[in-house]
Amino acid sequence: MRKLIAVLALSFASLPALAEEVVLGLSSDTVSINTNFDGSEILIFGAVKRDAPIPADPPLEVIVTVAGPSETKTVRRKEKRFGIWINTDAVEIDSAPSFYAVSTSAPLTEALSFTEDVRHQISIPRAIRSVGAPANIADSATFTQALIRIKSKANQYQLNEDTVSVDEETLFRTAIALPAALTEGDYKTRIFLTRGGNVVSQYETSIYVRKVGMERWLFTLSREQSFFYGLLSLAIAVAAGWGASAVFGLFRR
Amino acid sequence: MQIYLPIAEVSVNAFLLLGLGGIVGILSGMFGVGGGFLMTPLLFFIGIPPAVAVATEANQIVASSFSGVLAHFKRKTVDLRMGTVLLIGGLCGAALGVMVFNYLKAQGQVDLLVKLCYVVFLGVIGGLMFFESLNAIRNVKKGKAPKRKKHNWIHGLPLKMRFRVSGLYISVIPPLIVGVAVGVLAAIMGVGGGFIMVPAMIYLLGMPTKVVVGTSLFQIIFVTAFTTMLHATTNYTVDIVLAVLLLLGGVIGAQIGTRIGVKMKAEQLRILLALMVLIVCGKLALELLLEPAELYSIAAGGH
Repeated sequence: MRKLIAVLALSFASLPALAEEVVLGLSSDTVSINTNFDGSEILIFGAVKRDAPIPADPPLEVIVTVAGPSETKTVRRKEKRFGIWINTDAVEIDSAPSFYAVSTSAPLTEALSFTEDVRHQISIPRAIRSVGAPANIADSATFTQALIRIKSKANQYQLNEDTVSVDEETLFRTAIALPAALTEGDYKTRIFLTRGGNVVSQYETSIYVRKVGMERWLFTLSREQSFFYGLLSLAIAVAAGWGASAVFGLFRR
Repeated sequence: MQIYLPIAEVSVNAFLLLGLGGIVGILSGMFGVGGGFLMTPLLFFIGIPPAVAVATEANQIVASSFSGVLAHFKRKTVDLRMGTVLLIGGLCGAALGVMVFNYLKAQGQVDLLVKLCYVVFLGVIGGLMFFESLNAIRNVKKGKAPKRKKHNWIHGLPLKMRFRVSGLYISVIPPLIVGVAVGVLAAIMGVGGGFIMVPAMIYLLGMPTKVVVGTSLFQIIFVTAFTTMLHATTNYTVDIVLAVLLLLGGVIGAQIGTRIGVKMKAEQLRILLALMVLIVCGKLALELLLEPAELYSIAAGGH
């Protein structure tokens, strides 16, 4: 199912003025989280449609980003006080994606200029928005760096350079690994074509990550019928406790 | 076999959870503790979000305690009257504890205070129990009869009540206070409170060890059921799939543990519980004292 070529989203008429355009396909535009979900891989592939001959120089590069739903986070730092390590300073990160992956066909600094990164917010630090730290914290940048470090370790932020393969400056493809700890939501997927660091074309679509089956049912129940859900949890607990006692009672006789 | 947990939103190994549930269940049945003080830190360790770990653990303790208490009912080692008095205190304490918890959460120091609570309570109780049971074992070896404290200030309080199963005639005030204290700690620390309840019953109330375990389990069922409902309806953090996996292992473990517990001497039981409490205490103390590998932590939402 994963590798199923389900959707071939075509975008012929979207940006007629551009010389080069993206035609995109996804191996699947929905990721279903069921009980045995253990991460998933999304195959993103496409072609470059152009009216004119391929420009000779500079070479075409492709950047693919996938971003999970954004949320507000608080990053806390520990310091040694009275001999023990406790949380002292805290910085609020206004918006950080729950998942973010950047895949490129060349090192990111070559494929993308600084100004274009600022404009399109492509690199991981640019994808995080932190408006201001409290006045008493001078080094608020280290808090954002810590967020990226921790999320990268959990594979939730990924910078995959040289993982997009481009054939004949026309066909491109890449695979993005989604970790097992995935939250629900619409994962915004963007594809940028760049030449000499400048974005010449861009395309946007969404991958829908959804819980299905029992996962969906339990999750909805816990939010909408929380009292009943609580009672159900307790009923299962009591039944299991009684069941084990009864079974072991039989063994003893 | 990996299983995706719908509320915790992480994927974990089902057999690992069954095994953890089983081991903690055995300890639960042996000592009459819910096992939450062991399980909750273990769940943090395997990557379950703390809020989900605490709430789900409460649900699992209901199952293992229920399984354990049935075994004790058959042997008539449950003091229902004492259990009810402790329970009344416990429910008041749990409600109070949730208020304290929310206040601390607003201050951003809830982790620290939970850990400090663990270290202080586990350290003091573990240490006291260890030395007391060591002395008791020495006395038994020397052939001295274990002396029972007949009278202390507790016996001078009013509102006396007869607890026939425990063989006590004492005021209801000390059990009520013990109940409230355990209830508060249960809500803050995400545990049933058995590891505090059991020593308090033995040393403060002077109950016989064999009755203590069943009575403690009886009271724990209701306090943890109350906390489960509270977490499920206010924070939506009870993960039913995680709970089922833990309690399948837990209930079976509890049955085995109860049978092991019956065969052991009271002093041996107490010294083992004391050692276990001290080990957990030591581990948590090190976490506070040593420089952590990652100084930063991420929490959801603004502050």
